Amino acid sequence: MADKVLMKGNEAIAEAAIAAGCRFYFGYPITPQTEIAAYMAKQMPKIGGTFLQAESEIAAINMVYGVSSAGKRVMTSSSSPGISLKGEGLSYIAGADLPALVVNVQRGGPGLGGIQPSQSDYFQATKGGGHGDYRMIVLAPASVQEMADLTIKGFELADQYRMTSMILADGTMGQMMEPVSLDYGEPKTFEKPWAVTGTKMQRPHNVVNSLYLVPEELERINFERYEKYKQVEENEVRFESYQMDDAEICIVAFGIAARVSKNAIASAREKGIKVGMIRPITLWPFPKKPLCEAADKVKAFVSVELSMGQMIEDVELATRCKKPVLLCNRAGGMIPTVEDVLASIEKANGEGGAF
Amino acid sequence: MDQKRITLLAGHYGSGKTNIAVNLAFRLKETVDRVTIADIDIVNPYFRTKDSQKELEAAGIRLICSEYANSNLDIPALPDALYSIIDDRGQTAIVDIGGDDRGALALGRFAPGILEENDFEMLMVINRYRPLTRKPEDLLAIRREIEIAGSIPFTGIVNNSNLGVETTKEDVLRSLPFARAASELLGLPVKMTTVEERLYKALEGSIENLFPLRLQHKIN
Repeated sequence: MADKVLMKGNEAIAEAAIAAGCRFYFGYPITPQTEIAAYMAKQMPKIGGTFLQAESEIAAINMVYGVSSAGKRVMTSSSSPGISLKGEGLSYIAGADLPALVVNVQRGGPGLGGIQPSQSDYFQATKGGGHGDYRMIVLAPASVQEMADLTIKGFELADQYRMTSMILADGTMGQMMEPVSLDYGEPKTFEKPWAVTGTKMQRPHNVVNSLYLVPEELERINFERYEKYKQVEENEVRFESYQMDDAEICIVAFGIAARVSKNAIASAREKGIKVGMIRPITLWPFPKKPLCEAADKVKAFVSVELSMGQMIEDVELATRCKKPVLLCNRAGGMIPTVEDVLASIEKANGEGGAF
Repeated sequence: MDQKRITLLAGHYGSGKTNIAVNLAFRLKETVDRVTIADIDIVNPYFRTKDSQKELEAAGIRLICSEYANSNLDIPALPDALYSIIDDRGQTAIVDIGGDDRGALALGRFAPGILEENDFEMLMVINRYRPLTRKPEDLLAIRREIEIAGSIPFTGIVNNSNLGVETTKEDVLRSLPFARAASELLGLPVKMTTVEERLYKALEGSIENLFPLRLQHKIN
């Protein structure tokens, strides 16, 4: 039996980042993700790493840019309002094709909002947030173990594709405690011949930059970058298919919403309703194919979200509106209950394709 | 356990202090008339004694807690009623302190009164399955930091070693040598071993001072 420890989701992210070889953390405290910074502050000095509480979120993300330019694994973390502040830096990192791991443990918004869990930064994470044409790999953990596993995976994908991986968690995932196995072995690393590590007068300078003086060149870089994104879409889609074999209703949910939904599925099946779930683990790239295939089998979808309905747009696009998609949601830091989800399942089952 | 007038629960972040505090208050209420539970956590805005407010009040236990606990106002506020714990010696109190030295800072302002009366138990809650307290030696630094911040010396240990819902009887038994080693190293007695209610029957008789815990429900 692997030796397990009892961890908060936030701690699991920090510990997994260290296991992945990350030795640079820059951040600024904000509830509900402060445990990541606190853990790094305690651990980094013991292992020769750097923890730095920056003067702001903006400073922290630009420190990430700097360390990443030098080819080292680096991360920052924050919660919703802090991620908004990092928006400019995220765009510059994308424009310079730098790998980075950014964690957003979401809280209720907009504005200062509240400190209770939320998923209302879905648009910000998957559609942009910063300016310009760019994508981030967006990973959505639904357990403390996945907080750790996807952090490791996030670093690997970031290095492999030279782009940002974002862990899009919610306050519940950050705060809840569960047993975790942290048996990872040697981290997988990637050559970084593009990094600015000093030429030793033996090679031309590497340049890390997002400014292009000639528009044709900027256009070419954008098209090349989107070729890379296409590869990510082809190779890196992750999702969990749960009780979908005979399902007539398909729930789509991630993070804490998926956990509540699993309980609702059990209750619905006791009542004889055939319901399953497709749980996106990558929110970008979104699992379009399995959803499109499911649309030919089920009679309706239910998108369960801690937002006013953001992922539902991607569900409708992925399923090409072949079947109705209901929204089951709470907002402002509230979490849909099993009863909420069950009511939506019953509604979808009763009305089928009629609405 | 010889009941002192004030029982203080401190320890590493996430070691289980709040849950134990609430359970101790209910147990105490069985034999003592005036029981107060005081929450002086200034670190964590979640998982507070306030989660059990209804049950505590129904049992006739007084809860002193920041009115901002569990709200969106994330500030380290302490209610003025906390001073009654020191001044009103007719009550028996359980005090839930925030995690680590940061949490114990809030204890410092009450320390002179508690030390002067000298009728307290200062318990260190430990969990060997937490990542930063896996070795007894790890507890030395935590003890030092908390005692400096809180200005009150520890008098005993509560072994709350667990893996959450996955905890087995064996996990608890495996933690006993750890607790004994910690006890020797820190020079503090193990006052009790706490286990989730469902494991109590299986372990009863094999562990001294075993205490069953009912888990608090998170209210939303």
